Amino acid sequence: MGTSVFYFVAALSILFSLMVIFSKNPIHSILYLILTFFTFTVHYVLLNAQFLAVVNFIVYMGAIMVLFLFVLMLLNLNKENEPNKSALLKIVGVIAGCCLIVTLIGSLKSVSLNDPLVLRNPNLGLVKNLGKELFGPFMLPFELSSILLLSAMVGAVLLTKKEGNI
Amino acid sequence: MDLTFVIEKFALVTILFAISLVIAMYSTYAERKVAAFLQDRLGPDRAGIFGLLQPLADGVKMFMKEEIVPTNANKWLFMIGPGLAMLCACIGTAVIPWGQDIVIGGRTIALQVTDINVGVLYLFGVVSLGVYGVMIGGWASNNKYSLLSAIRAASQNISYEIAMGLSIIALLLVTNTMSLKEIVAQQHGWHWNVFYQPLGFIIFLICAFAETNRAPFDLPECETELIGGYHTEYSSMKLGFYLFAEYINMFVSSAVMATLYFGGYNYPGMDWVAIHIGGNLAPIIGTLVLFVKIFAFIFFFMWVRWTIPRFRYDQLMGLGWRGLIPFAIANIIITGLVIAIKNF
Repeated sequence: MGTSVFYFVAALSILFSLMVIFSKNPIHSILYLILTFFTFTVHYVLLNAQFLAVVNFIVYMGAIMVLFLFVLMLLNLNKENEPNKSALLKIVGVIAGCCLIVTLIGSLKSVSLNDPLVLRNPNLGLVKNLGKELFGPFMLPFELSSILLLSAMVGAVLLTKKEGNI
Repeated sequence: MDLTFVIEKFALVTILFAISLVIAMYSTYAERKVAAFLQDRLGPDRAGIFGLLQPLADGVKMFMKEEIVPTNANKWLFMIGPGLAMLCACIGTAVIPWGQDIVIGGRTIALQVTDINVGVLYLFGVVSLGVYGVMIGGWASNNKYSLLSAIRAASQNISYEIAMGLSIIALLLVTNTMSLKEIVAQQHGWHWNVFYQPLGFIIFLICAFAETNRAPFDLPECETELIGGYHTEYSSMKLGFYLFAEYINMFVSSAVMATLYFGGYNYPGMDWVAIHIGGNLAPIIGTLVLFVKIFAFIFFFMWVRWTIPRFRYDQLMGLGWRGLIPFAIANIIITGLVIAIKNF
């Protein structure tokens, strides 16, 4: 049963992420992106990573996507006032996209299909075990990434301030 | 997964859904009666004795109104908006423990739909999704006032979610678990979390007012500035759904506060009752006690609405960011220090 649920949800994820790209209206794109993240939440639950599932739910679906929607509604993008993108920008976009594809294919080549990853501890995704891992062996990277996020936040606030007002 | 399990959970979900709807229905009546009481009026008294049939009359009125979809509105999203608001309001009841286990025909039945071990975070997620109904509805109406209101709702919810999350962190430091069943079980008798986390509770309470868009934080439906707010263009039962979702949200957040801070189904002297009455009656008394707490909170919501005037938008943001968040962080630090000293 688990496998069929996985295939169903995976098909939905692919469908919704394609809809993100092919929607004409940016608001619809965001709404499809929200649905995509919801299917990711289901994937995490299937992997028994409950904490990750619920955090994905809160942070991505509940906070970041609300901000995306918020900004897009304020900008009110439509055909008439869409800025003309120069040819250079389009070429740069294509090159960047191709680089990403090459990287993804390169990393996927080393993984063979008949080689499923088996966790030593299948309950690793539960809050208790995850917390012990994060604050034990992965203490330094965890704290460093939190400092990185904090500095990005401080930087964003600083950029919004006018000069001489700091 | 046997069939009785499925039937049992399905029955529980149906009962919870029905209870939420009935309580939301009679909350509209209670709101008008409380308003009347506070303003020295009589309130609705025409339909039935004491006006008890007023919610039914209102419901029939809502259904009979003409359905209007504005010409330039985004039709599908316009319809999804109220449905989403209602959905997000209803799914919160799934993780709340409504009472102790009862035994029917040798089968132990837990009065909780599901006890996931991230229950508190699940509730938080449901709260953060709640804003989508308002945002999508407000945007799809293709009306400037609705859009302004949707944006207000989004920024208000995001701002107050932070303080709410921080107050929950302090609570989790005390309880050491995220399962709501265990949190309630820990508060047996008089050990209610509100005595250990008074500041956290006040912050949570204020945030609950803001998250349910209730006065004094009902900026998204501030009629002096925004006509009707995000539901300006809505009519008939779609409007009814938005109004209804607000009352269900109020019921669910009352239940959450009663569960997290006021001991849920626990009450002083429950051991004595369990020994002397026993059987299934003791858990049922516990459930009734929980509902009494919930009704007390709902009354408090209404009392505040008719007492405190609406905040200005900058006052709202100032309170959220400069008032509640620093207090919530201080609360976490103090709680952590006390626990560290106790375990030293």
